[in-house]
Amino acid sequence: MREDWLMLIAELKSRFTSMVEEVRIPGEYSTDVPIFYVKKEGILDVLQYLKTVSGSGYEFLSDITATDEMGGEEKTHRFEVVYQLFSHQRKSRIRVKVRVKENEEVPTAVHLWNAANWAEREVWDMFGIRFSGHPNMRRILMDSRWKGHPLRKDYPLRGYQIFPTPEEPDPKLLE
Amino acid sequence: MQPDLEKENKTGNNRPLGDSDDLWDDSSVIVNIGPTHPAMHGALRMVAKINGETIEKSYCEFGYTHRAKEKLGENRTFHQFVVYTDRLNYCSALINNVTYAMAVEKLMGIDIPPRCTWIRMMCCEMARVIDHLICIGINAVDLGAFSYFLYGFHQREEAYTLIEKLCGARLTTSYTRIGGLFADAPVGWEKEVKAWIIKTRSVIDEMDRLLTTNKIWCDRTRGVAVFDQAMCMKYSYSGPNARAAGIDLDLRRDQPCMFYKDVEFDVPIAKDGDVYSRYMIRLEEIRQSLNILSQCADKIAPGPIWSEDKRVRIPEKSVVFNTMEGLIHHFKFFMAGFDVPSGEVYTTFEAANGELGFYIVSKGAPRAHRMRIRGPSVYHFQGVGPMVQGEKIADAVAALGSINIIAGELDR
Repeated sequence: MREDWLMLIAELKSRFTSMVEEVRIPGEYSTDVPIFYVKKEGILDVLQYLKTVSGSGYEFLSDITATDEMGGEEKTHRFEVVYQLFSHQRKSRIRVKVRVKENEEVPTAVHLWNAANWAEREVWDMFGIRFSGHPNMRRILMDSRWKGHPLRKDYPLRGYQIFPTPEEPDPKLLE
Repeated sequence: MQPDLEKENKTGNNRPLGDSDDLWDDSSVIVNIGPTHPAMHGALRMVAKINGETIEKSYCEFGYTHRAKEKLGENRTFHQFVVYTDRLNYCSALINNVTYAMAVEKLMGIDIPPRCTWIRMMCCEMARVIDHLICIGINAVDLGAFSYFLYGFHQREEAYTLIEKLCGARLTTSYTRIGGLFADAPVGWEKEVKAWIIKTRSVIDEMDRLLTTNKIWCDRTRGVAVFDQAMCMKYSYSGPNARAAGIDLDLRRDQPCMFYKDVEFDVPIAKDGDVYSRYMIRLEEIRQSLNILSQCADKIAPGPIWSEDKRVRIPEKSVVFNTMEGLIHHFKFFMAGFDVPSGEVYTTFEAANGELGFYIVSKGAPRAHRMRIRGPSVYHFQGVGPMVQGEKIADAVAALGSINIIAGELDR
């Protein structure tokens, strides 16, 4: 397992020299699988490579989510968008992360996996990170009239937003 | 057919009707199903544009029972969060409990004693049987086979009685603790489980004979709502729904945790990816789960159920009530919680519906920095739109029932 990871790390580092910012591997850092920090300009290339070209074939997108690092040690960014990938052949997982500032957009992965569609909408809904090129960037769990992004660390824990009417069906989505 | 309706449709436009049987053919109607509709499993909503009876395009919405579980995970201690995991997939609450406990234990590097692991495995498999019984039962109810559902429902109630003996609750179990269990299984519990397994096997065979070759059932499910292997990969399908399309993956076998290496079981695979395949996979998985359960019941042995790690061990009540140190320890444990070392972990387990994942980021505090729950239903529900495109509206109900959407883990 560890040899596989080291090979993959070397492969990615040589191919995407300028795009891979940092690699954290289990043992040196408290994590279960290697984490690749990738610049957002290169994230699509790296994901595409991991999905199709790389011999490992991380073709299964487990999850897309984000973390709010507000007030953390590193002041260069606020959010980290997290991609959890899984290889059906090798039965192994890796994690790819993108550091983003507030109001920065990340390119969408919908063209690689349709599953990314709702996952990215949820990241937008909960964290307010937009994905450029996403076909339908609207809220998913919260009401479309909701103000604020609940999973941000500065979001208040108490308070109400009440809507007297339900959301109307949107005929535009059926075209 | 009301004569007025016929007249209304024919005057105004002179288009010939495409299908002589279908009054509304070639006239697009937008139908809103849900959020509170008997055919929807939970508070889900599907808005479909239908042409006659055929769905041309649809979109799904959810979030009506959103309870901010991920936010709660950042504002409750790791111990307090156990109760919230019950309410994810409430048909198999025990699997959620176990997966969550596994995730935190992995982050803290805690090993649990063998008896605890065996009980947890038995809980998981029993919950899987319950979940599958509900899924195939409700799917059949949606298509009109009501009595079929009642056969399974009786065994489900019996299983809940066994679970009640473990933890005092039937549905919202909250059975696991970080590093152990709420209580040991009562004496002779595994014998009762074995009796239940024998009864359930015969009931499953009876259900199989009742429905599997039924002509109406086959006509309604074969070739309906097909989701093939390529689509499953695109939409991140996992669990029985993916195996019904030929994806040979079971995280219990391929990513072994607990003692799944020590038990023998088969992973059923189908290739059609239709409603019938998904039904057959679940039926066969119930049998396999019963096999695992019976092996577990043989292998389980008396022993401790708690890890002796001081950080997570809840003090015994006798110590709490009789010594000052014990009382202080108890108070600190429940009021302040225990610190989890910083780090991150994405723990997955083969839940009844597919890959259930907890992505926990800790910064060394008693509360998580990020508590992401990856519910399989989210990804399965996303595929419903393309799955039912071009199908009849009645088949959308069959499709939705067959992939087992649970609103609890969908909305979180």
